[in-house]
Amino acid sequence: MINTSIELPGLSLKNPIMPASGCFGFGREYSQFYDLGKLGAVMMKAATENMRLGNPTPRVTETESGMLNAIGLQNPGVHTIIEEEVPFLAQYDTCIIANIAGSTKEEYERVAYAFNDVKTVHALELNISCPNVTAGGVQFGTDHNIAAQVTMAVKKVSNKPVYVKLSPNVSNIVEMAKAVEAAGADGLSLINTLTGMQIHLPSKTPVLANKTGGLSGPAIKPVAIRMVYEVYEHVSIPIIGMGGVSTATDVLEFLLAGASAVAVGTANFQNPYVCPEIIDALPTVLKENGFRSVEDAIGKGHGI
Amino acid sequence: MRKEPLRIQQKHQIAKDTIEMVLQNNRVSKCAKPGQFIHLSVNGHTLRRPISIADVNKQAGTVTLLFKVVGKGTSALANLHVDEVIDGIGPIGNGFPIDRMQDSTVLLIGGGIGVPPLYYLGKELSKQGCQITAVLGFQSLNYVFYEEQFRQLGETVIVTEDGSYGLKGLVTAALPDKKQVDVFCTCGPVPMLKAVTSNLQGVPGYISMEERMGCGVGACFACIVPSNNEIGYKKICKDGPVFAVGEVIL
Repeated sequence: MINTSIELPGLSLKNPIMPASGCFGFGREYSQFYDLGKLGAVMMKAATENMRLGNPTPRVTETESGMLNAIGLQNPGVHTIIEEEVPFLAQYDTCIIANIAGSTKEEYERVAYAFNDVKTVHALELNISCPNVTAGGVQFGTDHNIAAQVTMAVKKVSNKPVYVKLSPNVSNIVEMAKAVEAAGADGLSLINTLTGMQIHLPSKTPVLANKTGGLSGPAIKPVAIRMVYEVYEHVSIPIIGMGGVSTATDVLEFLLAGASAVAVGTANFQNPYVCPEIIDALPTVLKENGFRSVEDAIGKGHGI
Repeated sequence: MRKEPLRIQQKHQIAKDTIEMVLQNNRVSKCAKPGQFIHLSVNGHTLRRPISIADVNKQAGTVTLLFKVVGKGTSALANLHVDEVIDGIGPIGNGFPIDRMQDSTVLLIGGGIGVPPLYYLGKELSKQGCQITAVLGFQSLNYVFYEEQFRQLGETVIVTEDGSYGLKGLVTAALPDKKQVDVFCTCGPVPMLKAVTSNLQGVPGYISMEERMGCGVGACFACIVPSNNEIGYKKICKDGPVFAVGEVIL
C-alpha cells in the first residue's frame, strides 16, 4: 500500500495533487466531471479586494507545447468569493487554498484578513507573480525586498499559513525564496507563468490584446523543475511545485526535485479529468520507482 | 458533461479550406441543440478547438462539424482519416432558443465559418413551422458552401465580398425589410454581428459568438464578452455562445 498523504502547514492532504490557481475557477465547472473530494486540495482563482473585469480579449493563444494567457486576474472580489464560492467548494472533502492578489500592500492585507474568519479555507497562496496586470502582481514578486515586505504584512494580519507563489521571471529565484522564507512564509508555490508573446502574422500584431501573456504548459516544466530543485537546497519550508504537469511521472519528477505537493494547471483544459487520472496513477508510478510513499520521494533527486 | 469519443464516419472538403466531418456518437447526437459546440482535442496541441455543430442525425447517431483550416490545429484535424476517433467535450453551451421562435418568420445571417450552426438551426426551425430566409456571406466563390442545403430550407441569398458569386458586398447589403422578419439569428465575425444588429434594430434577434477559448467549460475566463449585467461580463463558452441581442456589448 503506497501512502500518498502528506502533511503541510495548514494542509492535511490525502494526496499531493491540486488544480493550480486560475486553471480551475472555483471548482464548479469541473465538479460536473468528477467528485472534487478526490483532490488533495483546490487552489482557487485569485481574489482581489473588489471585482475585477480583467483584460480585453483575445486572452489566450496556443504555443508549441503550451499556451499564453493574459486573463488579468478577473474575479468577483474577495467578499463574493467568500459568500458564494467557498461554501460550494467546502461541500467537498478537500482542502481549500485561497489565492490572494492586490495592487498595493494594503490591498493584499485586506484580502488576506477577509479570509481569517473563513474556517473552510485552510491556507493562503500569496500571488506576487501574476504577469498580466499593470499594478501589483509581478511588481511585488521581482524585487526580493518588496516580496519580503508583502509577505511579512500578510503574515501579520492573517491567521492562515501563507504559501508565497513566486515568479520565474527573475534572475535569482533562490534569493527570492530565501527572502520570503525569512519574512515568515510557511511555504512556497513554484512557479507562476513565464512572460511571453506571440505575433499574429496576418495582422502583424501580438495575438493577445494585452500583448504579453504568461506561458504555461509542458514547455515550462524544465524551468519549473530547475527552480524547485535550486530552491529546495536553500530553504526549509515546503514547496508546492507546478509548471507543465500532466502525468503522474511529471509529479514524481517534481517530488524528486524537492516539491512536497504538486499543482496541475493548463493540463486541466486539455483533459478535464487529468487530476483524478494522475491521482489514480501516482501509487503505481511511485512503486515502480522504488518509493513507498509520497513523503519518501521528496527531494530524492538531490542524491544522498 | 463528459469527454466523448467521436468516430469519423465521413470527411469531405466542401469548399476552399473548409472541411465537413460527420462524427459518430449516439449520446452527443441525442442531446445536441442548435448553436452548441464541441471542444475537440487535437493530438500534440495544448488547447482544444471549439467547433460548432452544423447538423445532427439522431437516427444515425451522428453530428456534422464544419471547420475552416486556419492554422496547425485545424490542419491536424483536417488530416485525420475516416474511422479515427476524436476526443470531444460536449455538446457545450447555450444554443438558440428555438421554442421561442415557433411559427415565426426567421432570418438567418451567416458570415464565413459562422454559417454552419445556422444550418442545423434552420432545419430545426423548419420542422416547427418557421419560415426561413437566409443571407450567407463568403469571401469569394471558392469559399461558398451549403448553398443547396439552405435553399431547401427557404429563400437563400449568397453574398461574396469580391462579387465572384451572388451579390457583391457584405451581408448587410442583402438584408430584407425589417417588417418581413419576426426574429433574426446570426453568426460570424464581430464586425458583421455589429453591423447586422444595428441594421435590424428593433427586431428581436440572437447572435452566436466565437472567441479563442481555454478550458471551454467556464473555468478559465478566457472567452469573456462585456455585458450590462451586474457582474459586467458573460462567458462565451458557458453562458453563450448564443446571446440575445443586447445581452452582451459587442
